[in-house]
Amino acid sequence: MGFFTDVVALSRFQFAMTVIFHFLFVPLSIGLGLIVALAETRYYKTRDAHDLAAANLWVKIFTATFVVGVATGITMEFAFGTNWADYSRFVGDIFGAPLAAEALFAFFLESSFLGVLLFGRKKVSPKFYMVSSWLVWGGSALSALWIIIANSWMQTPAGAVVKDGRAVITDFFAAAINHSTGPRYVHTVVALLILGAFIAMAIAAWYLIKGRNERFAVNTIKTAAVVALVTTILMIPAAHWQAAEMANTQPSKTAAVEGQWEDGPTHLAFFGWVDEDSGKTFAPFAIPGMTSFLASGDFNKTYPGLNSFDAADRPTGLVNTVFQTYHLMVALFVVIAVVAVWAFVAARKNRLTQSKGLQRVLLFAWIAPFLAIQFGWMVAELGRQPWIVYPMADNPDVSLRTADAISKAVPAPQLLITIALFLVVYIVLFIGWLRVVLGFIKKGPIVDGATDNAGSTSPTELPSANVADVADVPAPDVATAEVM
Amino acid sequence: MSATPLQILWFILLGVLVTGYFVLDGFDLGIGVLYPFIGKTEVEKATLRTAIGPVWDGNEVWLLTGGGALFAAFAPAYATSFSGFYLAIMLVLFGLIARAAAIEFRALDPKWAKFWDVCFFVGSLLPALLFGVAVGNVVRGLPLDANGDYAGTFFGLLNPFSLLVGILGLAQFILQGSCFAALKAPKDSALYARVAAVRAAIKWVVFALVLAVTAYAHVLIEPVLAGGLVGILRIVFAVVVFGALIIGHGFVNNKRDLASFICSSLVSVGLVGLFATTIYPNLIPAAAGSTGPAITIASAGGSNLALTWMTIIACIGVPLVLFYHYLIYKSFNGRIQPEELDY
Repeated sequence: MGFFTDVVALSRFQFAMTVIFHFLFVPLSIGLGLIVALAETRYYKTRDAHDLAAANLWVKIFTATFVVGVATGITMEFAFGTNWADYSRFVGDIFGAPLAAEALFAFFLESSFLGVLLFGRKKVSPKFYMVSSWLVWGGSALSALWIIIANSWMQTPAGAVVKDGRAVITDFFAAAINHSTGPRYVHTVVALLILGAFIAMAIAAWYLIKGRNERFAVNTIKTAAVVALVTTILMIPAAHWQAAEMANTQPSKTAAVEGQWEDGPTHLAFFGWVDEDSGKTFAPFAIPGMTSFLASGDFNKTYPGLNSFDAADRPTGLVNTVFQTYHLMVALFVVIAVVAVWAFVAARKNRLTQSKGLQRVLLFAWIAPFLAIQFGWMVAELGRQPWIVYPMADNPDVSLRTADAISKAVPAPQLLITIALFLVVYIVLFIGWLRVVLGFIKKGPIVDGATDNAGSTSPTELPSANVADVADVPAPDVATAEVM
Repeated sequence: MSATPLQILWFILLGVLVTGYFVLDGFDLGIGVLYPFIGKTEVEKATLRTAIGPVWDGNEVWLLTGGGALFAAFAPAYATSFSGFYLAIMLVLFGLIARAAAIEFRALDPKWAKFWDVCFFVGSLLPALLFGVAVGNVVRGLPLDANGDYAGTFFGLLNPFSLLVGILGLAQFILQGSCFAALKAPKDSALYARVAAVRAAIKWVVFALVLAVTAYAHVLIEPVLAGGLVGILRIVFAVVVFGALIIGHGFVNNKRDLASFICSSLVSVGLVGLFATTIYPNLIPAAAGSTGPAITIASAGGSNLALTWMTIIACIGVPLVLFYHYLIYKSFNGRIQPEELDY
C-alpha cells in the first residue's frame, strides 16, 4: 500500500508533523517563561528603567511565542478524536482525565495571567504583574506535568484492566504516577529550561557581537548562564533516571536504542550504525555491559535483544533512526555541557564582552538543546512502535497497536487535504511569528525612563543610561509607543 | 443499561462547560465576525482587539476543557463526533489558530496588518458558523456503523437543517459579541453607535431563527424527546431563551449595556440547555439506516472510578477557574479609552 493511500501512515505523519511543530514553541515557552519570571522579579526589586526594558523585551518575545504554542496545542487536543478515534475509545477512561485536568488546572492559569502580561503593565499593581509572570510559568510547567502523565501512561500503562475491549481505570494514582511519569517529567522540563537559557544567551550574544545593548546582554547571560549550568547538572541524574527506567520497562525500545540483536548484557556505544536488513550493528567503540550497569548496577545483567521480538513487535524499519537519534541526543548534551560551563566561567570572570569566541558560539549553541529535545522525543515515540500503548510485562493486555488506533471514518483523501492545509497554515504561522520576534530582537530593550505610571522621560535625561542603550532608542515618542 | 448518577452528573457538567464556552468565547468570536464591519478606523479596530485581548485565550480554554471532559467522561462520543466531523473540525481548528495569531500579531506587524485582519475575521467566522452546524447534525442524528463511526460523507453534514442551526449559532455569537463590544466601546463614540445598531437588529434575527429551527425540528426532524423532568427542563430553557430575548429588547433600547449582555448570555444558556434536553439520554442519536446503536450517556459513560476522580478534579479546578476569571475581568473592567490603546 502506498503512502498516499495508507491511512495509518498518513495519520502518523500528520500527528508527527503537528506535534513537532507544536513542540518548537512549547520548549521556548516553558524555557523562556522562567527567564521572563526572573527578569520581572529583578525589575520588581530594583525598579530600574533598564530592568524594566529587559523585562518588557522578554515578555514580548515570550508572549508572541506562547500564543503560537497555544494555537498549535489545540490541534493536539483535538487530534485524538479526529485522527485516533479507536485509540480514544480504548483509553478514554484513563487518558481523558489528564487532558481535562490539564485544561482546568494549567491552561486557565496560563491564559488568564498571560492576559495580565500582555495588557496589564499599567492596569495592575507591580506585584500582581510580577506574580502573574510566575503564575504563567508555573501554569506551563503544570501543563507539561499533565501531558507527560498522559504520554507516560501510553509508554508504561498502569492502574488499568481491559474490559469489553476498553481499558478501564482501577487505580488512579497507579495510572497517573506510573513507572515513567516521574523520570520523563523531570527529564523533559529540565531539557526545556536548558533550551530557554540557551535561547536567552543567543539573543544576548547577538547584541554583544553587534556591539549594542551591552548592559542588557551581560545581565542576560549572567542570569541565563547560571540557569544553564544548574539545569545541565540536573540533567545528568534526570537522564540517568529515565534511561534506567526505560531499560527496565520497555525492552524492545532499549534494544533499538543500543542496536542490540541478541540477548545479553547491553553495551554502551559511542556511535554506530544499525543495518536492519542484515540484523547487525556496527559500533566500534562500545563499553561492554555498561548500559546494563547503568540501568541495574550489574555489568552482567541480561537484556533481551531485537531478535527476541517478532519483527511485528519491535520498531521495524526504525531501529537505526532510534539508535541515531538517541546517540545524537547524548552527543549534543556533551556540547551543551561544555558551552554551559564556558559561559558560566566567562560570566563569573566578567569576560563576556571580550570573549568573541564565546559570543559566536552562544549565537548558535541553542541549536544543540533544540535538536536534542526533538531527538529525545523521536527516541521516545519511534522507539515504542508498533505500540501506541506499550505492553508492560506484568499486564500485557493493556496495550494497543498504532495501526489499530486510527479513525476509520477518516479516508486518506481527507487526510491529504488536511496535511496540505497544515503545511500552509503552519508555514504562514511560522513566518508571522518569526517576523514579530525578530522585530522585537532587532529593536532590543527600549529604555524610556518611565517607571510604572509615570509619563515618558526622554532617554537622554536618564543619568544611568549607558551609551549603547541610548543609541538604540529611536525617538522618545516612538519608544513610548513600543512599551506595552 | 441505564446511566449512573455520575454519568448524568457529567452530562450536566459537560453542558455547563459548553455553556461557558458559548457565553465567553461566544462574545470574542462574535466580535471577530463583526470586526471588519464595525471597526472602521485604526482606533476602532484597536479598541475591539483590546476589548477581548486579555480574555479571549482564557475564554477559549472552556472549549479545550469541554473537549477534554468529553474525552474523559464519554470517550466514544468524543471519538465519533471528532472523527465524523473531521473536515469541519479541522476548519474550526484552522480558524482558531488563525485568529489566535491574528489577535497577537496584528498590532505588532504593521506590514501584515491587512492579512491578520482577514485572519481574525475568517478565523472567527469559521468556528462561529460550524459549531452550530455540528449541533444541528447531532440533533438530526448521525448514520453510525457497528464500530460507532460516522458512516456518511462530508457533504452529508451540510444539510439544510444543520446549516440553519449553524446560522442561528452565528447570529447568537454576533449578538453576544455586539453586547460585549457595547460594554467596552466609549459610550459616545461612533463605534458604540454602530455596535448598538447591530445589537438591536440581530436580536430579532436570533428570535426568528430560534422559531424557525424549532418549527423545522418539530415538523421535519421529529427527534425522540425524553419526557418527565427533562421535558419540563426543556420548557424552562425555551422560556429562558424567549424571555431573555424579550426582556433584553427593553435593555437594548434603553442602552443598558450590562443588562443587555446578561440577557444575551442567558439566551446562550437557554440554547445549550435546549440542545442538551433535546438529545438526552443520547449523546449522538443514530439516524435512520444506521447499522450501529446510538451513543448514549449510559453506553459511552466512563467507569465510576474515572468519573469520581474527574469530579474531584472539577471540584478543585472549577472554583480556581472562576477565581481567575473574576480577577482578570475585574482588572480589565471598564470601557476602553483611546489613550490606553498602546497595544
